[in-house]
Amino acid sequence: MQERKPRFTSLSGFDTNLVYTHDDLKDWSPDEELGAPGQFPYTRGVYPTMYRGRLWTMRQFAGFGSAEDTNRRFKYLLQHGQNGLSVAFDMPTLMGIDADSLLAHGEIGRCGVAISSLDDMERLFEDIPLDQVTTSMTINGPAAVIFAMYLAVAEKRGIRLERLNGTLQNDILKEYIAQKEWLFPPEPSLRLITDTIAYCSEHVPKWHPVSISGYHIREAGSTAIQELAFTLYNGLTYVEAAVKAGLPVDRFAPQLSFFFNAHNDFFEEIAKFRAARRLWAREMTRRYRPGDPRSVQLRCHAQTAGCSLTAQQPMNNVVRTTIQALAAVLGGAQSLHTNSMDETLALPTEDAVKLALRTQQIIAQESEVTNSVDPLGGSYYVETLTNRLEEAAQDYFHRLDDMGGMIRAIERGFPQREILDASQRYLRESERKERIIVGVNEYVEPVERPIPIFKIGQDVEQEQVARLSDLRKCRDSFKMAGTVEALQEAASCGENVMPYLIDAVKAKATLGEICMALKEVLGTYREPVVL
Amino acid sequence: MAVASAPLRILIGKVGLDGHDRGVKLIARALRDAGMEVVYTGLHQTPEQVVNTAIQENVDAIGLSILSGAHKTLFRRVLELLNEQDAEDIALFGGGIIPDEDVAALTADGVKALFRPGAPVQEIVTFVKGLKPHG
Amino acid sequence: MSPIGSHMFMCDIRDLMTLAEQVRAGNVRAVSRLISLLENHPGAREVLRFLNNTSRRTTVIGVTGYPGAGKSTVVDRLVSLYRRRGLKVGVLAVDISSPLTGGALLGDRIRMQEHALDHDVYVRSMATRGHHGGLAPATGDAALVLEAAGYEVILIETIGVGQNEVDIVDLAHIVVAVVAPGLGDEVQAMKAGLLEVAHIVVVNKGDLPDADNTLRDLREWCPNVLRTVATTGEGIPELAAAMTRYQQSCGVGHVGEARNR
Repeated sequence: MQERKPRFTSLSGFDTNLVYTHDDLKDWSPDEELGAPGQFPYTRGVYPTMYRGRLWTMRQFAGFGSAEDTNRRFKYLLQHGQNGLSVAFDMPTLMGIDADSLLAHGEIGRCGVAISSLDDMERLFEDIPLDQVTTSMTINGPAAVIFAMYLAVAEKRGIRLERLNGTLQNDILKEYIAQKEWLFPPEPSLRLITDTIAYCSEHVPKWHPVSISGYHIREAGSTAIQELAFTLYNGLTYVEAAVKAGLPVDRFAPQLSFFFNAHNDFFEEIAKFRAARRLWAREMTRRYRPGDPRSVQLRCHAQTAGCSLTAQQPMNNVVRTTIQALAAVLGGAQSLHTNSMDETLALPTEDAVKLALRTQQIIAQESEVTNSVDPLGGSYYVETLTNRLEEAAQDYFHRLDDMGGMIRAIERGFPQREILDASQRYLRESERKERIIVGVNEYVEPVERPIPIFKIGQDVEQEQVARLSDLRKCRDSFKMAGTVEALQEAASCGENVMPYLIDAVKAKATLGEICMALKEVLGTYREPVVL
Repeated sequence: MAVASAPLRILIGKVGLDGHDRGVKLIARALRDAGMEVVYTGLHQTPEQVVNTAIQENVDAIGLSILSGAHKTLFRRVLELLNEQDAEDIALFGGGIIPDEDVAALTADGVKALFRPGAPVQEIVTFVKGLKPHG
Repeated sequence: MSPIGSHMFMCDIRDLMTLAEQVRAGNVRAVSRLISLLENHPGAREVLRFLNNTSRRTTVIGVTGYPGAGKSTVVDRLVSLYRRRGLKVGVLAVDISSPLTGGALLGDRIRMQEHALDHDVYVRSMATRGHHGGLAPATGDAALVLEAAGYEVILIETIGVGQNEVDIVDLAHIVVAVVAPGLGDEVQAMKAGLLEVAHIVVVNKGDLPDADNTLRDLREWCPNVLRTVATTGEGIPELAAAMTRYQQSCGVGHVGEARNR
C-alpha cells in the first residue's frame, strides 16, 4: 500500500523504518548496552527500583513580581502537593543588574522574581523551612552571588549548611551557546563555577552545584542529538576544570546533575534520556576512572518543551505537555516540571499551573507506567534510537575535541551555528507542512476563544526601587565596601570567592554592586556573530 | 523618492535584557531571503540605540523581539523616541510573549503589528513586504 | 538605472540642494537620506558637486580580511580610539547581497553598537547589490557625503571574501588587512591578493596559540605586520600609530583624491 509520505523522519532528522526487528540489533549485547537498573552503564536508570522506590520530584518553576508574591506562589504549590521549589528570577537578576539600574526599566518582576539583595532573598523564603525543602535556583551568570545569599539566609536562621539540599543551575557554557545570559568571559566564569563546586563539596555536601542543562539548547532550536551532545560535553568540560583545580573526581562528580528538555518526538526523547545515561557513564569512566559508582551516574531533571507550545488554541498545550511528560518519565528522569498551557501568552495563572502539576500526578498515580523500570528497554525501535543518538553525540564529541574543546568551539560560533541551522530546518519543514503543528499549520481556527491571563501588579517596579534605595541608606556602607574590595582581591588572585561573596551579601552589598565589582576584575564578554 | 527596485531596509534587533534570539535571527534570515536588506543589531539594545541606529541606517521599518515581559515599556519608549526625532515614518513592529490586552494597547499607540511565538514566518514576511518605503 | 528614477531625480534638484546643505551642516538624518538616495538612484550623483568637499581633509581607512578574522571588532576599537582623540568618525560596513534574492543580512554593526548613542559616530551598513570588488556601488559616494558632513576619519569595512577586493585600494588612503591565526589556506590565498595591496597587516586574535607562526610567516611577505587582540583592545594603539606613520610618509588628501589617483 502507498504510504502517506515519501520519508518518515524523527524530529532530529533520522530516517525511520517501517518496522524494527532483531536485524537492527544484531551485534547488540544487552549486558553491555543495558545492564540492570542501577548498574553500569545505567541505560535503564540510575536506581535499582526507580519509581517503585520513590516517584520523581514534582518541581514547578515559579517566580514573578516581588519576593512576597513569589513566596505566596511557593506556598500555594507546596500546599497542592508539590515537593520541591524552583525559583525563576527576573531578567535584571539573571543579568546581575539591580532593580534601580536604567537597564532594568520595565523588566522588574516580569518573567521571574526580582532579587537584588539579601533582604529580598530572606523575604522570598519566609516561613519556608530551608532544611526540609529542596530548592532549585535557575540562575547562571550571577549564580555564585545568589547562592551566597541563600547560604546567608540559612546561616541567619541557624540552619547548618550540610542540611541544605537543592540545585544551582550555574551552567554558563550553555548560556554562551544558547540562552545568552552571561556576565563574564568563559574562562573566569568557569573558575567561578569551579569555586562553587569546591565550596559545596566541603561545606554543602548535599547541594548540586551545577545543573548541566540541555533544556535551553533545545529551546534555542537544536535537535535532540545536539542537545545531548553539547550538554554532556559541557559536563565533561566542568569536570575537567574541577579536576585541573585539584579536586578529586569522586569528591564532586556525584553531586553534578543534568537538566533535559522533553520534546514531542516521544520515542526519540525516551531514547535521549537513556543514551545520556549510558554515554555519561562510559565517558566519565573512560576519562577519569572514578572509584565511586555515583560519579558516573547521570541524574536529571526534565522540563517539557516550552518551544513546542503554541499561542493558537492554547488548551492543546495540555495534551502536548502530557505526552512530553510521559516521555520524561519513561526515560527515567529524577524530577520534572510540566509547562502550563498559557505560557506562550504570559506567566501562568494559578489554575494553569495546578493543571500542569495534576498532569504529573495523573501520570504518577493513575497510568501505572511507574510499576516497571525502563518498560521500553529491549524494544527494537527504542534501542536502535538509543544507539543512534549515542553515536551521533560521539561524532560531535570528536569534532569538539578537534576544535580544542567547548570554549574554543563557542568562540568560533560552532555550536551556535549548528543550532540556528537546525532551527531553520525545522521552520522550513513546518512551513512546507512536512511537520504538522495542530492549530498552527493545520486545523486552524480563524476565531479563538481567549483564555484567562495572569497579570503582574504594576507597582512591583516602584516598590523594588524604593526598597533598594532604603537598603543603600541604612547599611554600613564603609563595611560593605570593604567586603567588596576583599572579594575583588580574592577574584583577582584566584582564591575561592564563595566565603568572600557570603561576607559581601551579609554586609548588604547588592547583586548589581557585586557583579559590577567582579566585572572589573574578570572582564566582560562579546559573543561571536552568528547570523 | 525611492524607486520600486530599491530593496526595503529593515532593522531587526532585540531590546531589553533577555537573550532568546533564535526567533529574531530566523526572521532576519527570512526577510533577507525575501529580498530585503536587514540590519541586525544583536542583543540587549536600548530603545535609544535602536532609534539612533534606525536613523543612521535610514531603514523603512524596525522589528523588535522581547520575550521578557518588558514589551509595554520598551515599545512605548521606541515610539516616543521616533516621535521626538521626527521619524514616525519608520514603521515599528515586533514579536514576543504578549497578552491580547497589551497587543491592543500597543497597536493603539502606533505599533504596526505584533506577532506571538509560533506565528508563521510567512505571515511576518508578507506584513513587512506590505510596508511602504519611508520618505 | 531606470529612466523614471532619473526623471524623478531631475524634478527634485532643489530638494537635493537643500539636502546637501543640511549634510554640510552635519545633520544626521540628511546624511542618511542622501546616502540612500545615492544607493537607489545613481543619477543623484549630480548632488555630489554641491557638497563642496575640497576644503575638507578626511582620512579614509579601509579594513579588509576574511570573515571571522575580527574586522568589525578592529573597526569598533579604532572608533573608540579616534573618539578619545576627539575626532568625528564615520563607518561604512559592507556586506554581500544575495545574488539570488537581492536581500542581505547586514550584521557588522553588532560589534559597534556601543557607539550608537555617540552623536559623533555615524555607522552605515551597505549591501553590495550585485557589485563586485568588495564594496557597495555607492560606498565611495557615501564616503564623500560623510566627509562633507564633517567626519574626520572614515573606516570602511569590506565584505572580506578575498582576492578581487580591489575597490578599497582606490578609495582608501590606508588599507589594513586583518588575518586570524590558524586560517592557513586563507592566508595563502590572501598573499596573492589582499596582502599585496595592504599597507598594514594585522594578525588579530593574537592570543591564540597559532599566532606566532602566522606572524612569522607574514613578516616574510610584508614589512608592516602587527599583532592585535581586538576583543581586549590589545595592539590597537600600536595599529593606530602605524597608520599615522604610514600616512605621514605619503601625505594626506581628501576622499576624492585617494592615493592611486
